[in-house]
Amino acid sequence: MSIRIQGVSKNFGSFQALADVSLDVPSGSLLALLGPSGSGKTTLLRIIAGLEVADRGTVLHHDENITEYEARDRKVGFVFQHYALFRHMTIAENIGYGLRVRGVPKQERQVRVDELLKLIRLDGLGSRYPAQLSGGQRQRVALARALAARPNVLLLDEPFGALDAKVRTELRQWLRKLHEEIQVTSVFVTHDQEEAFEVADHVVIMNEGRIEQVGTPAEVFERPANAFVMDFLGNVNVFHGRVERGRAVVSGLTVAYPDYPHPEARDAAVYVRPHELEVERSPTEAGSLAAKVLHVNPTGSRTKVELRALDSNQLINVELTPERLTELGLKSGDTVHVAPRRVRVFVPDYEI
Amino acid sequence: MTVETTEVRDAPRTRAAATKIRRAQQDPAWLRWILTGLAIAVVVVLIVLPVLHVFAGALAEGAGVYWKNLVEDPDTRHAIGLTLTVVPIAVAANVVFGVAAAWAIARFSFPGRTLLTALIDLPFSVSPVVAGLMFVLIFGLQGYFGAFLRRDGYAIMPYLVSALLVLLLAVASFVFRPSQRRARRGLWKTPPLGLALAGATVFVLLVLAQQALGVWPTNKSLKIIFATPGLVLATAFVTFPFVARELIPVMNAIGADEELAALSLGANGWQMFWHVTVPNVKWGLVYGIILCNARAMGEFGAVYVVSGHIAGETDTMPLRIEKLFQEYNMPGSFAVASVLTLLAIVTLVVKRKLEDRIPAPEQGRRTGAHP
Repeated sequence: MSIRIQGVSKNFGSFQALADVSLDVPSGSLLALLGPSGSGKTTLLRIIAGLEVADRGTVLHHDENITEYEARDRKVGFVFQHYALFRHMTIAENIGYGLRVRGVPKQERQVRVDELLKLIRLDGLGSRYPAQLSGGQRQRVALARALAARPNVLLLDEPFGALDAKVRTELRQWLRKLHEEIQVTSVFVTHDQEEAFEVADHVVIMNEGRIEQVGTPAEVFERPANAFVMDFLGNVNVFHGRVERGRAVVSGLTVAYPDYPHPEARDAAVYVRPHELEVERSPTEAGSLAAKVLHVNPTGSRTKVELRALDSNQLINVELTPERLTELGLKSGDTVHVAPRRVRVFVPDYEI
Repeated sequence: MTVETTEVRDAPRTRAAATKIRRAQQDPAWLRWILTGLAIAVVVVLIVLPVLHVFAGALAEGAGVYWKNLVEDPDTRHAIGLTLTVVPIAVAANVVFGVAAAWAIARFSFPGRTLLTALIDLPFSVSPVVAGLMFVLIFGLQGYFGAFLRRDGYAIMPYLVSALLVLLLAVASFVFRPSQRRARRGLWKTPPLGLALAGATVFVLLVLAQQALGVWPTNKSLKIIFATPGLVLATAFVTFPFVARELIPVMNAIGADEELAALSLGANGWQMFWHVTVPNVKWGLVYGIILCNARAMGEFGAVYVVSGHIAGETDTMPLRIEKLFQEYNMPGSFAVASVLTLLAIVTLVVKRKLEDRIPAPEQGRRTGAHP
C-alpha cells in the first residue's frame, strides 16, 4: 500500500523538526530515510505511524487520509530501535499481542505465531522471554510482532542501530530477502549510508527537517543534488576556489563549468570523491595539483593514500587500485601530481 | 556493611600481590574496623535496643497480661480496628491518585507539570500537625465547609455520588470509544448533544434511585473532623507522596516505547495500561503501597489534630499508645506498640524482599526473565 505525505510540518517548541515535507512511497517499495541525527527522519516515521501528531499536513495510505487516525487504527507495523519487546511476555505472547488485542481466537493466533517464528528462524523458542535472547534475535522478534497482524505498512526506526557490526550485516541481508518475500511497503530510518544503500531500493536524504534528495542509491550517489548530499554520502575532498566564465579554478587546477557563464567571479566548492582522483608522476596537460604523499594504507581492496597539496597545504584522500599503486610505486615523501577524473562544483545559492 | 566485614576477614588469606593492590585502593584495616564498629554501635543504640525494649516492656508482666492488654481492653480493640479501617481506605485512595499522578508526570508534558511534581512532595515537607490543622480549618465546625456539611452533608451526597459516577462513565466511554470515526457504529454515533442528554438522564436516575432506596441517612449530620472521614483524609494526605514517588522513576526508567508498541499493535488505552504498564511497574507499585501502608499505620501528628482523641471512637493505634502511656499504663501502651512494631518489621522484611525486583534501568531486562 502506497504512502503519500503532503506538506507535513512539526515543531517541538522552537525547534523545527520537519518543514513542509512531501514524499511518495510507492506500494511495495523498501525506502530508507537517511540523514544525520536531528534531521527529522525519526519524527517523519513516527508521524506516519501515528505515534506523533503533525502540526500541519496530511498522511495518506493508498488515497485514504489517515492523518486523524490513531496509531492503533493505521494498520502499521512499527519496529523500535531498542526492540520495545514486552519484557514480561514470552516471545510467542509478544508476537501474538497484535492479534490478541484485535480479538483473534487463540488457535488462529497460535498458527500465525508459529508461522512467524519459523519466518524469523526462532522456532522452538516461543516460550522464552526477551531477556533470554540476543540482540539480533530480539530485533527479529520485534519484526515478527510488527508483521503478525499483516500491516499495510512496515516502519522501522534505526532497526540495526543497537546491534554489533557482524549481526547488523546479517540482519540487513535478511531484511532485504524478507522484503522480497512479503512485499509489504516498508520505510526504515538510518543514519548509516552504507546500510541505506545496501538494503533500500529508494533513498530519501534528509537534513534539518527537509528532504534534500530522493532517488535510487545509484542516482543519489552518482548525481547528488547538492553539496550536503555529496558531503553526507561519505568521504569526499572539498577544494575551495571560484567560478567565472564557464570554468572553476582551484589553485593550479582548472575545470570546465559551463553552468556559470557569467564574467564576475564567485566563490565555489569543488567536490571530488577519493576514487575519482588520479595520481601521476608528472603534471598532466589538463591541469593537476602538486602534492606530497603522507601515508599509504594498502589494506583492503582499495589502497588509501593520504596526500598534502604543496601550495595550499590541504589534505587530499585518494583511493587507488592495488595494481595502480604497484605501477606508481608510491611511498611517503614522494611528490606527485593529482588530477580529478570527475568533479562536482557547488556554488553557494547557485546549486546545480 | 556485611560486604566490608567479609573483605576484612578475607584479607589475610589473599596473596601478597593482591593485598598490595588492595591497600592502594582501600583504607587501612583499622579505619574500616572503626567505621564499621561505629555504624553498628549507632544502629544498636538507636534502633535495636529500643525495639527490643518495646517487646520487653510489653511482656514485662507476663504473656497473660500482654494478651489481656491487647484483646480485653475495648478501647484498644477499637483502636486496632479503626486503624485497620482507616489505613486500607487511605492507601487505596493513594494508589489511585499516585498512579494517575505518576502517569501524568512520566508520560506527558503539560503546563504545570513541574508544579505538580513539586506539589506531590508537599506532604513530606509540611509538618503533619499543620496538615491536620488545615483539615480542621476546612472541615471543622468553624471552618469553611464544616457548618454546611453538618447541616446538609448527607443531603448533597446523592448529587455528589451521581455526579462522580457520571464523570467516571464519561471517562470510560472516552477510553473505550473506537477512535476511528468510520468504526463507530450504533450507539457510538450519538452526537454530543445526545451524549449530554444521556449523561443528564443517568444523573437524575441515580439521584432518584439513591433517594428512593434511602442510601443516605436523613436525620444525621455529616461529621468530617473528630470522625473517621477526617482520619482518612489526614492519613491519605500525609502518605500521598509514597506511591507516586516510587512510580515516577520506575516509569521513567522503563520508558514509553513498550506502551507505544502496544498502541501501534492495535491496543486501546485501557489494554495498554493493563497489559503493559501495570506488569512493568507492578513491583514499584507494591513497594510504594508497602511504604505508604507503613507510614499510614504509624501516622500520629495529623491524625492527632483531626481525631479529637475520643477513646473508643476516634483513637487509632498510635493515639491509643500515647493515651495509655499518659495514663502510666506502661504494659498496655507497650503491648499496642509491640503490635505496631511487629507490623513495621513485617513491612521491612517484605520491602527488602521486593527491592531486588524493582526494575532499575539496566536491571529491567533481567527481571523480565523471572516473572
